[in-house]
Amino acid sequence: MSLSRLSRTAALAMLGGSLLLGCATDKPGATAANASQAGVNASQTTTEPAIAPVAPTMRLLTQTQYANTIADIFGPDIVAKVRFAPVNRTSGLVAVGAAKAGLTPGVVDPLDSTARSMAKQILDPKHREIFVPCRPKAIDQRDDACARAFLSGAGRRLYRRPLTQAELSAAVEMAGEAVKPAGDFYSGLAFSLAGMLVSPQFLFITETAEHDPGQAGAWRLDGYSKASRLSYLLWDSAPDEDLLKAAENGGLNSPAGLRKQVSRMLDSPKFERGLRAFFTDDLVLEAFDTLTKDGEIYPAFSIKVAQEAREQVLRTVVDHLMVRKGDYRDLFTTKHTFMSSDLGAIYQVPVNRGSQGWQAYDFAPDDPRTGLLTSVGFLAQHAHPGRSSPTRRGRALREILLCQTVPDPPPNVDFSSFEEPSAKALTARDRLSVHAKVASCKGCHAMTDPMGLALENFDGAGQYRQSDHGSKIDASGTLNKAAFTDAAGLGRAVRDEPALRSCIVNRLYGYSVGRAPGAREAPLLKYYQTELDNRSYRIDDMLSLIIFSKSFFAVAPESKPAMVARNTPKDEKSHADQN
Amino acid sequence: MPIKTDGLSRRRVLRGVMNGAAVAVSLPLLDVFLDGNGTAMADTGKPLPMRFGTWFWGLGVDSNIFVPKTTGAGFALPKQLEALSAVKEQVNVFTNFNVFNDGRPNLCHYSGWVALRCGSAPVSRGSKPGQSLDCAVSDRIGAGSRFSTLSLAATGQPRDSLSFRDADSMNPADISAVELYQKVFGADFVNPNSANFTPDPKVMIRKSVLSSITEQSKAMEQTLGAADRARLDQYYTSVRELENRLALQLEKPPPAPNCKIPGQKPKDMPVGLDVERVAERHKAMADLLVMALSCNQTKVFNMVYSDSGSSLTRNGQEKTHHSYTHEEPMDATLGYQPNASWFVGRAMESWAYLIKAMADTPEGDGSLLDHSLLYAHSDCNLAKTHSVSGIPMFTAGKLNGRVKTGLHIDGKGEAGTRLGYTLQRLYGVPLASWGTQSMETARELGEMLT
Repeated sequence: MSLSRLSRTAALAMLGGSLLLGCATDKPGATAANASQAGVNASQTTTEPAIAPVAPTMRLLTQTQYANTIADIFGPDIVAKVRFAPVNRTSGLVAVGAAKAGLTPGVVDPLDSTARSMAKQILDPKHREIFVPCRPKAIDQRDDACARAFLSGAGRRLYRRPLTQAELSAAVEMAGEAVKPAGDFYSGLAFSLAGMLVSPQFLFITETAEHDPGQAGAWRLDGYSKASRLSYLLWDSAPDEDLLKAAENGGLNSPAGLRKQVSRMLDSPKFERGLRAFFTDDLVLEAFDTLTKDGEIYPAFSIKVAQEAREQVLRTVVDHLMVRKGDYRDLFTTKHTFMSSDLGAIYQVPVNRGSQGWQAYDFAPDDPRTGLLTSVGFLAQHAHPGRSSPTRRGRALREILLCQTVPDPPPNVDFSSFEEPSAKALTARDRLSVHAKVASCKGCHAMTDPMGLALENFDGAGQYRQSDHGSKIDASGTLNKAAFTDAAGLGRAVRDEPALRSCIVNRLYGYSVGRAPGAREAPLLKYYQTELDNRSYRIDDMLSLIIFSKSFFAVAPESKPAMVARNTPKDEKSHADQN
Repeated sequence: MPIKTDGLSRRRVLRGVMNGAAVAVSLPLLDVFLDGNGTAMADTGKPLPMRFGTWFWGLGVDSNIFVPKTTGAGFALPKQLEALSAVKEQVNVFTNFNVFNDGRPNLCHYSGWVALRCGSAPVSRGSKPGQSLDCAVSDRIGAGSRFSTLSLAATGQPRDSLSFRDADSMNPADISAVELYQKVFGADFVNPNSANFTPDPKVMIRKSVLSSITEQSKAMEQTLGAADRARLDQYYTSVRELENRLALQLEKPPPAPNCKIPGQKPKDMPVGLDVERVAERHKAMADLLVMALSCNQTKVFNMVYSDSGSSLTRNGQEKTHHSYTHEEPMDATLGYQPNASWFVGRAMESWAYLIKAMADTPEGDGSLLDHSLLYAHSDCNLAKTHSVSGIPMFTAGKLNGRVKTGLHIDGKGEAGTRLGYTLQRLYGVPLASWGTQSMETARELGEMLT
């Protein structure tokens, strides 16, 4: 299906992140919902549309990818403590911003320090026995053969491809030269390894292309780039040896070979880490690193509670999608979650104090808590430090879960007439209702407040309450055409909201390829959504559909093809054979 | 707009001034008076210590109690500036300067500070029209110290950095005194006053390793598009800077007689945005910063006291500073919002603390502050309306006698970039003009120059 066959509005709705809702409408949200619905009904095609491929990406490792990569290669006891610069969240995702992020001196400095510290640990007497596959002839002399054996192995894992001859020779030479000034063979190796750990080959996931022998004139990612795209998507980490071997042998070029690897990766315990990474990014959970509340107003809300609120969201997501094989949409109506003793105090539920850690917990059918929107994680994150915020919650729902953009308020607005609690306006609903009378406010607030007000039974820390400033809370609301009377009703409305489906497809695709989907990919996203509407929004369905689609590894390199073909020998053998 | 200064001579500048044609630019210390590094007087060769710092607080001021009644020297401190009483003679207050958005949207809590840092208003949230001016100054004077820039956030949030090369390349902030201590005075610190200096041979290896890595990664360029090549170039620049600093470590550092090394590692502090915690964090970081400056570890710094949409809280009150600015009624009698204003007063206390800490640190024939110029500003004037007209700014310090202090300078509605332009020129940044459209200026603020 070509883009021209989709209505422009529907195509924009599929693009989610680029959709800007106008505030002037009297029925805010209707545009997005209708467009998205139109997209769903426009066609029931099940044929993957051909789209023009785009350039490969160069993504900066995220902080967790960096830590996971080190842990997978060298073990969890190698401390990789470093803080990366915050990445400019783009189209809703840090993973997309990472494809534009640069490395300033303020970032390279700590990366260099950490690289040296890690290299020292990896080659200390305790660890060298594990990682260095040979012994030097003399500890105070250079031994190029042994250095080569270690550096080629470590480099292959760190660069996610074999080192070129030039890279390896330089690394060996550096290690040899460093033996005397550094003190011994292993210290020399450590200097060379530290260089790799701060190199752009390691810090950037740089995709390279090769000719696609199946299609004249077409390009695809080379095997190693495919392996990295898969492993950072599914494991949030570098390819393991098995995956690298598959890349080397061309095993990722055949559908059967690719399925075998993906199946193995989805079955690996590391997949949970990948799933957590995606939802940490998608749900903006990094905000919990610094989330605090006013200690006097919410004494039960501590930094520990904030950390556990995030963990609760991730446990719930993992349990629902991975263990129970649930549908993504049902995350907004599920009664299953997990509870820690500190969270129990906020949720006001009994938790077995004798047990350490987490317990599975099911809210009663008539409990007001239902789904992710009523988790302390969502409620506390999208509120003020000292009170709730229907507007913030509604905006988060629109922007994070439905991929819609709520405009900023106009600069010159006087809020004081309706925000200050007074005898006549005790609840947030009372105060916010004044917006309906102010032309410059009502459009945007109608997009956020009718949803946010349904969560008013939960205060700024996410604790249940029935009244606000002594006045009983009315938690009724609407989401587009759906009306409800409480938070559970909101959860059901969100679950059935078409934009929820288009948004998760948009985000998962953007996360997978490391860039925001462009307008020309709208038919592809539309195809994904139609397919998933027919199947389900289970995580393996969603991931498989994206990974096994024809376009997933197709690219169109920007630079000169001859240069891009650097990694592709004429006989179509792997890059490694060049060395 | 960069200019070449090679063709200028001291004589030519002076002749221009004498002829009266260039009275408006009668700077006694244009960069042609300095050596190529902007660090020494061309005539004497005597090193001039120069430091530059920025300080930021969010959510502006209340003009009624912020703007002094008179201009020039000897002005009386209005209520919101009372915290500066001890350092008043070290400070200049700049009012009635504007940010012009030139048809771009006024992005709340964003357009104002971006325009003052970059010279132009941004087109959208998250976009940046260029690098922040501290980078330009750091490029000019940062060489010769371990860190080209130190960026600090008293909020404890690494995202609160206003130092960047472009929208996607931030200099992240250090967020605690512990982190700052480890970075500056940790294992790699070399005491400049140590009697013995033995170059560490390992430093030479590190330098070689970095050179080698840069060399080997050049092959990557072949596969990249233009934007990614530029990112790789930025990486190389960062590594080169690191190499240059390693080269410095191979030489005995110049003595720093007033360098005091902190006796012990600072204590961990809890996260949080309560004003008391932020003030405590600011104080601990400012104390270390002063030591880092006097020990020649850096010449440029940025401090963020509160973020531009300040979420600072006051214990027990359900509203943040930001909420108060929008929701608190204007007190008709007082003429300002008392609760919101309280937060601004607290910000001024921390600003005064940093100035005083630098003024109290002796250096050469004066103080550390005497050899520095600090530039402070907010994101708006009145936060309630997000007004960027009359955006408040300060400087502190005399920068080796080049800058007058104790003045209230009225901008008469002109672009706030005039101050940014002036201070960049003071550090020898080769600019013929700075900013774009209505924010473009090529006129220094003569009132503040000696």
